[in-house]
Amino acid sequence: MQRHTIAVLVNDQPGVLTRVATLFGQRGFNIDSITVGGSEEAGLSRMVISTGGDDQQINQLMKQLYKLIDVISVTNLSANPFVSRELALIKVSASPSQLAELNGIVEPFRAAIVDVGPESLIIQVTGDTEKIDALLILLQSYGVLELTRTGSVAMTRSIVPADAAATV
Amino acid sequence: MSVEIAELNSKRSMPPIQFGEEVSGAETLLRCLILEEVEHIFGYPGGAVLPIYDSLYGSYFKHILTRHEQGAIHAADGYARATGKPGVCIATSGPGATNLVTGIATAQMDSVPLVCITGNVAQNLIGTDAFQEANITGITIPITKHSYFVRDVRDLPRIVKEAFHIATTGRPGPVLIDIPKDVANAKAPFYYPEEVNIRAYRASLVPSDEEVNTFVKAISSAKKPVILAGGGIIAAGADKELLAFAEKTRIPVINTFMGLGGFPGVHELSLGMPGMHGSYTANQAILQADCVIGLGARFDDRITMGRTKEFAPNARIVHVDIDPAELGKNVATAVTVAGDVKSTLQKALPLVSACDSQAWIDQLKEWQQQQPYKYKKEDGVLKPQAVIELLYNTTEGEAIVTTDVGQHQMWTAQYYKFKHSRSFISSGGLGTMGFGFPSAIGAQIANPDRTVIAVVGDGGFQMTNQELAIVSQYNIPVKVVILNNQCLGMVRQWQELFYDNRYSEIDLTCSPDFVKLAEAYGVKGLRASTQEEAERVWAEALEHDGPVVIDFRVAPAENVYPMVASGNTLDQMELGEE
Repeated sequence: MQRHTIAVLVNDQPGVLTRVATLFGQRGFNIDSITVGGSEEAGLSRMVISTGGDDQQINQLMKQLYKLIDVISVTNLSANPFVSRELALIKVSASPSQLAELNGIVEPFRAAIVDVGPESLIIQVTGDTEKIDALLILLQSYGVLELTRTGSVAMTRSIVPADAAATV
Repeated sequence: MSVEIAELNSKRSMPPIQFGEEVSGAETLLRCLILEEVEHIFGYPGGAVLPIYDSLYGSYFKHILTRHEQGAIHAADGYARATGKPGVCIATSGPGATNLVTGIATAQMDSVPLVCITGNVAQNLIGTDAFQEANITGITIPITKHSYFVRDVRDLPRIVKEAFHIATTGRPGPVLIDIPKDVANAKAPFYYPEEVNIRAYRASLVPSDEEVNTFVKAISSAKKPVILAGGGIIAAGADKELLAFAEKTRIPVINTFMGLGGFPGVHELSLGMPGMHGSYTANQAILQADCVIGLGARFDDRITMGRTKEFAPNARIVHVDIDPAELGKNVATAVTVAGDVKSTLQKALPLVSACDSQAWIDQLKEWQQQQPYKYKKEDGVLKPQAVIELLYNTTEGEAIVTTDVGQHQMWTAQYYKFKHSRSFISSGGLGTMGFGFPSAIGAQIANPDRTVIAVVGDGGFQMTNQELAIVSQYNIPVKVVILNNQCLGMVRQWQELFYDNRYSEIDLTCSPDFVKLAEAYGVKGLRASTQEEAERVWAEALEHDGPVVIDFRVAPAENVYPMVASGNTLDQMELGEE
């Protein structure tokens, strides 16, 4: 099963998230992650949803999504080169004395320590999913007390190959 | 007080509408319905819709008070299927609204245009688990084409306008409008928008010339072509176009269950219904065709038997549908046209010529003669198939026939040869028992001069038979044909064939005396147990100028054949006994 990242432009109306999420369940798809927020146009929100399925299944899902009255467009971002970013906050078990050591780990990831307490500290990291997964592996030995991730926000790159339309 | 059905259909002049006048949400709703040319409303009052029912009091509308909300929505559904116009029903909040759920899902599965109006508790009570509060918009998200919760009375006209537009255009379907009581009471100057503006909504889909050319090219060289015509033909009003197309191209036509009547069942090119209980010839045609042309059909699992890769193994599949999501959903297709089937056929008709299909047609005719639908006649036993043949012969295929779900439904589809669009009304997708009788009421109200027959089983009839009250009240002359086999016949059939004759909970011998039940409601009741009695009482029923319930006591152990068992392919047909 391939991973796909789909952007769904929707009316910013009460209940729209429920309609979209219900459709995934109704058609037998799992939502791996979802982000919702404003878009370039007032009154519209953009959802970026990660899910799995083969090409035929994803095509069917996109067509069904497009049938929702509140859906304006559906784009399979992963059909073309695209930029994807996720934010994670990671609370690690560590004392202030370990700050320097941890800074050495987070700096190559362009992550930052954003809060320090007597027994724990919080690391903020942005990047694609793989980068955050890699940092998490390094931090496991300290003990990850708490983790919160946003899911991906993503968009197609400015230059994409010709004949690569992925919108229904 | 008895009101005649004629009065339900009397033409009343539309009351003048004052624009700009300050009126309540309830009054606003009714004015919008008038402007949408609604005449009949099926409904049931309750606390949250009191303002709407107050506005209805003495109004222009003919409101039919069913005895259960499920009756109201199935009647609205039958009305819509018989006319193509949207059906309208009203229910109160909470249980009233949830009683609509089966009817909404039924309409959604069969693409029927409905506008369902529910009341809800006032907005200051929403979310407090108030008396008769239910989140009906949330409950119905997966089974509506769209739904609205009205927050502000000033939005109501736009919402009603959009609801009718969405319900009736594109692939039709049910739309729900939930109106909290404070909105029904709130006042605003009345207006009605002239136009609908729903961004990215495809109300119609006319295929491009290029798509039509590809479609025409794909079928032109076929030697063994067959059309699979679905409910989309009827929904699009494309029956005349289909007839012209089939006759010009000389391509035989299979009607899916939902498509029955979309092509005349008596036409020389008609092959009948395919699938699980379809005709031998229709299924053979799919198996041997070199080109299957799906027109407004969705290749569902009662036709493909879920074996989509083995479906039509020798054919290129060409598929036309107004819903792009249906293209490639179930079967792999060679050519697809995302478009309204009526405009597609209109554009294709001048471009097509006769296929070289005569040898194929001759072969199909030979199969039809060798393997018609058949059943074993037994002296002194009334066969259910014979009852349907009787209905067909006496009405000459001109009646509107509705059904419940089960054996009687399949026998009706097999033995009644529908000549016209919008004449066969049955829950094909959801398979809703209890649908037949109330949908016949709606169909009859829309067609007071046609014979309307509800073919039901003794099981399904007991799910909605309380609506005898309204056929009696309004003298709605529906003929209720009960094929009474004293059991849940289709379940019995499966238990016999696949569960080693272990007949689990199918015994309906303790049902009421249906003749007395009819009489208790003031409706004529008749009974027949032999072929002779059947012919006599049916003649009497047709003569009777009012509703009739006929209890046909049919053979209890009769099975529906042909049959393709679930999981088998269409070549594995059980044909039944001679």
